[in-house]
Amino acid sequence: MIEVVIDERCTGCGTCVDACPSDVLEVGSDGKARIARQADCQTCLLCELHCASDALFVWPDCEAPAGITAAQALASGQLGAFRRNSGWGEHAATHSNQHWRMGSIFERARLQAIQIAAQKSAQATSAQAEETTR
Amino acid sequence: MSQTGSTDVLVIGGGLAGTWAAIAAAREGAEVVLADKGHCGTSGVTATAGPGHWWVPPEARDAAVADRLKRSLGLGDPDWMRRILDLTWTSLPTLRGYYDFSTDDEGRPFYRGLRGPEYMRAMRNLALAQGVRILDHHPALELLRHGDGSIAGASGLALRGERPWTIRAGAVVLATGGCAFASRLLGSATNTGDGLLMGVEAGADLSGMEFTNYYTPAMAGTNMARSMAYSFARWFDADDRELDIPNGPDVTPHLARALMAGPLFCRLDRVPEDIRRVMPQVQPNFVLPFDRKGIDAYRDRFEVTLHAEGTVRGIGGLRVTDQACQTQVPGLFAAGDAASRELVTGAISGGGAVNSSWALSSGQWAGAGAARLALGQGARADALVVASGRAGLRPARAEGPVDLKAAVQVVRDELNDYGRNIFRRGATLAGSIRRLDDVWIDLADHARGEGRASLRTREAAALVAAGRWSKASALARRESRGMHRREDAAGPDPRFAARQRAGGLSTVWTAFEPTGAQAEVA
Repeated sequence: MIEVVIDERCTGCGTCVDACPSDVLEVGSDGKARIARQADCQTCLLCELHCASDALFVWPDCEAPAGITAAQALASGQLGAFRRNSGWGEHAATHSNQHWRMGSIFERARLQAIQIAAQKSAQATSAQAEETTR
Repeated sequence: MSQTGSTDVLVIGGGLAGTWAAIAAAREGAEVVLADKGHCGTSGVTATAGPGHWWVPPEARDAAVADRLKRSLGLGDPDWMRRILDLTWTSLPTLRGYYDFSTDDEGRPFYRGLRGPEYMRAMRNLALAQGVRILDHHPALELLRHGDGSIAGASGLALRGERPWTIRAGAVVLATGGCAFASRLLGSATNTGDGLLMGVEAGADLSGMEFTNYYTPAMAGTNMARSMAYSFARWFDADDRELDIPNGPDVTPHLARALMAGPLFCRLDRVPEDIRRVMPQVQPNFVLPFDRKGIDAYRDRFEVTLHAEGTVRGIGGLRVTDQACQTQVPGLFAAGDAASRELVTGAISGGGAVNSSWALSSGQWAGAGAARLALGQGARADALVVASGRAGLRPARAEGPVDLKAAVQVVRDELNDYGRNIFRRGATLAGSIRRLDDVWIDLADHARGEGRASLRTREAAALVAAGRWSKASALARRESRGMHRREDAAGPDPRFAARQRAGGLSTVWTAFEPTGAQAEVA
């Protein structure tokens, strides 16, 4: 769930407030984004992706808040990691979108499964042969 | 103060199907309003995923359709399959300039698969460029009808300021997504079946609602349901004994049985080294829970769960009755996961690819059809209309407190539970129906909310309604076919080689379609 907004990074632009599909965030009276309805968060991570100043931190547990503090989020080294891996904004040149490889990765998995099944059946056959020889 | 307005076409839902619908309607010259419960661009299951499409070159299409038709187990339709293959092939390249298509290792543009956040960002921008007016955080709560039964628009709630809205329209497209039955499936929190409930209240019916038992693995405690990396997985029980579970399309029942016996663990140590290196840039959200929790995904053993997909990668939804995806209600069109996908998937899941092609295609057909209808007759904005919403909006008896959390929990218990939903039996299904009926009666008789609470009340009603249609359909299909698995009726029965309709509110009904041509391919 969304855990914390890093106030010193938040510019109050409101992009995350607009982008949240569950309407969890709002801009507070201090001009910073704040978590208004945490229980509605569905842990989709898209607020992080849309925050150009990497001021939001989502923890992967989706059932209940984990109580992560701003200091913990900053220390994690994970602020902005999702946006970086996605190649958004300034990361476009260094982190290209490799999603197109997905089909071939699935195909590798399918072939691996066939190979493993063949190995297993060969082992079973040789074990059976051994049993018969005894 | 309430907002009111009128338009030619109103599209409800701004995910993959809704945006394609809005764009197609605008291209026909219609004025289009798109109302999204969340934010068009992040709403819906596409935005968190990475949909491939059913992408087949013209010369290979006959073979692809023949193969898919065989696997549809008697419920598919080859003409609809061809139609979505054709339209997918010509539509995706039109996103150039909005989506930064990758080139493959040979330098050819790769159109087939698009990453979700970038795909939906592109769709939003294209819709805006076509002049579509987007209303974010504007959930629809009910449809409006003319005296002759045709659709006249919709009413809902603007979340900011909690103000009601009413939009009169010449035609409405329901693109509200599938119903994930309140599971923790990634991206599905707003997919509560609202369109199914609104559609049935307005006179539409459903098809394929028994096919609601597709599941996807995720790290326990997280919603990160992804199938790619897990297709390399080795599976272990609590004592770290490796389980003999072969990966492949039929892995779910094996994983479910293991989970019913105790905690289930996984190792991804068979993922090849080169794939590990590119994974963060292929699927950035997959690696995130591991990185944050300090788990080495490819070395450490970690606990996993299965998340129910309901009708998302299940199949059922509103039944379309013509080539423009109109329902049996004049002026009401259905697209994407809100519509039944049996025509193109039959009794097995459309997975990501066929479902995405269906969303892209049904969206455009529905949008264009709605535009032609609306431009032909106008919005009739002065005609008297009737509001069609019932449960959660207009209680049948005295308004009173209803425990919505408890109601949603019953839906989770009955529709997500592995034993009850994957390994189905007549007696268990009948028990689920009784419990869901009790919750429905309470909701329909007494529930009503104001502001945001009105949305939560309607969502609960829609979840329960969709659950009742699913269980009734599963009970009536006394056989096993495709994903629908009856432990008390193994194997397909030729008498049931037909699509099954469902509907009804106070009393749920189901009816098999006359077989005819369908029986020949069963």
